Amino acid sequence: MSEYLLCLFLLCIGLYCVLRKRNIIKIIIGLGIIEYAVNLFLVLAGYRVHGRAPILAKDQEILNIVDPLPQALVLTSIVIGLAITALVVAIAIRIYEKYGTFDITKIRRLRG
Amino acid sequence: MNHEPRTMNYLIPFFTIIPLGAAFLISLFGKRIKGLPDFLANLGSFSLLALSLYSIFLVIGGRTLVYKVGGWAPPFGICMVLDALSTFMLVTVNLVSFLVTVYCINYMEKYSDKYKFYTLFMLMLAGMNGIIITGDLFNLFVFLEIASISSYALVAFGTEAEELEASFKYAVMGSVASSFILLGIALLYSYTSTLNMADISGVLAEKQPATLVNFIAVLFLAGFGLKAALVPFHAWLPDAHPSAPAPISAMLSGVLIKVLGVYALMRIFFNLLGVNNTILSLFLFLGAISMLVGVFLAIGQWDFKRLLAYHSVSQIGYVILGIGLGTPLGVLGGLFHLFNHSLFKSLLFLNSGAVDYSLGTRDLQKMGGLREKMPVTAATNLIASMSIAGVPPFNGFWSKLIIILACLQVNRFGYAICAVLASILTLASFMKVQKYAFLGKFSEKLKTIKEVPLAMKLSMVILAIICIFAGALLLPLFKGFLDSAVNVLLLNNYKEAVFQAAI
Repeated sequence: MSEYLLCLFLLCIGLYCVLRKRNIIKIIIGLGIIEYAVNLFLVLAGYRVHGRAPILAKDQEILNIVDPLPQALVLTSIVIGLAITALVVAIAIRIYEKYGTFDITKIRRLRG
Repeated sequence: MNHEPRTMNYLIPFFTIIPLGAAFLISLFGKRIKGLPDFLANLGSFSLLALSLYSIFLVIGGRTLVYKVGGWAPPFGICMVLDALSTFMLVTVNLVSFLVTVYCINYMEKYSDKYKFYTLFMLMLAGMNGIIITGDLFNLFVFLEIASISSYALVAFGTEAEELEASFKYAVMGSVASSFILLGIALLYSYTSTLNMADISGVLAEKQPATLVNFIAVLFLAGFGLKAALVPFHAWLPDAHPSAPAPISAMLSGVLIKVLGVYALMRIFFNLLGVNNTILSLFLFLGAISMLVGVFLAIGQWDFKRLLAYHSVSQIGYVILGIGLGTPLGVLGGLFHLFNHSLFKSLLFLNSGAVDYSLGTRDLQKMGGLREKMPVTAATNLIASMSIAGVPPFNGFWSKLIIILACLQVNRFGYAICAVLASILTLASFMKVQKYAFLGKFSEKLKTIKEVPLAMKLSMVILAIICIFAGALLLPLFKGFLDSAVNVLLLNNYKEAVFQAAI
């Protein structure tokens, strides 16, 4: 149970970081933390206590295996997260070139 | 009994193969061979349109087609499902995207790196078509991210200060929403131990109602609601949509928010989780709020594209209101309005792009008297404005009428009044556009402007003609197209349909 609570706590840290921080690089890090919290939750959802790797071998009887599907999903999700992070960092660099600052409160030309 | 169309299921993956292949070829050869990006993008989107029109005949009479990826039967493998609702959405998306690519031939000349634009465009199209045809929940998430990431990049395509700022905002909010969706999927997987959408609906129907399902519903509502720009989650849209190049604004407002938001909401709530009165009244409330807030914010805008973007929020409210009624007439009105809105909103954004192309400004106060110099743009804009404001006999009138009638049918008078009020305010704000941009006095500074080139004119005129005649979809001859899409949502036999088709 405590693993799930820690996972939720991590999610909350990430959300706090996205909502409260002014520096856009810190916001990007917050996005990363949210992603990792969700990925961790996916892995936890497939975990079985004392489970072993789901590899089928000859003359072995496997009683308790972890669920392999969430692990495959997490790999995909990590790659997607990488793509988002790369794109957002690239945008942040271009923003710095245009505005000369990383402070989100000073990047406000769009209004209304 | 005719088994012929069932064997045509090998066509289904082509909805994602064609745009992905086009994106690959364009990015590989587009820089060296001039004219190739235009040709490939138009060929790709035209063949997608032809394929989606053909698929209407495959699903006629509520038939369902399933393609098993790698030959693995559901619920074990990934499957792609083509039913009447998917076909309806595919026709909407591919019709708009074909006309937008025609428009791009001339419009995108002013940007460098046209081939990169087309690559991203095709990736976005692949993502949207993928969301529509997939039958697997995680696959839906992957396609959703493909479409979202390419749209973040496309919003920033001009790399001006405002565009980057809008894109950053959009990317941050969008990826938080995606995380919520993924969390919802993870919870749903741990509860049902399956990812196949048909199987999930079967498993959930057998279990007792649980609090966890409500929690998952809230996560999905927040995630997809943000993608659809429903009112508490709409803050990114008025920044992101106007900042993109005009054809992309047309795609984003016209189809992206509907596929990523409304279609996914409909599919997940009606076919997977199952709707109850609480969820439906939540839909109704969100729809009505979006409708009113969107239009009130729109009426004060002076930036042409920003005004249109706020109207997208408002019109999505109509769609959600119609669907939230949950009656056959209401859902019919919602879907029909979704189709109509994608037509006239993309036409309006293409008009704003045409004005921007000739004048170089989006400020309504700097325009005036464009009717004389740009007759085609002015005429098509008049048609689109009348459609969005719901003036008979244009298409917007019929779908709004159905939604209002559906409200009255179930005695929701308050919501009917909201819908009428929003429609009147829409009319007012488009009269403002007409007055300041196209009528009025012709200023001396604008003497040198010219009408836009042929390809842009062509796509605007075709969209305007469809806007005039789309009301004909309600005639008995064509009504089966909409009715069978409504039946997919309301008949509650998604699981049986998919599993029978997969045999």
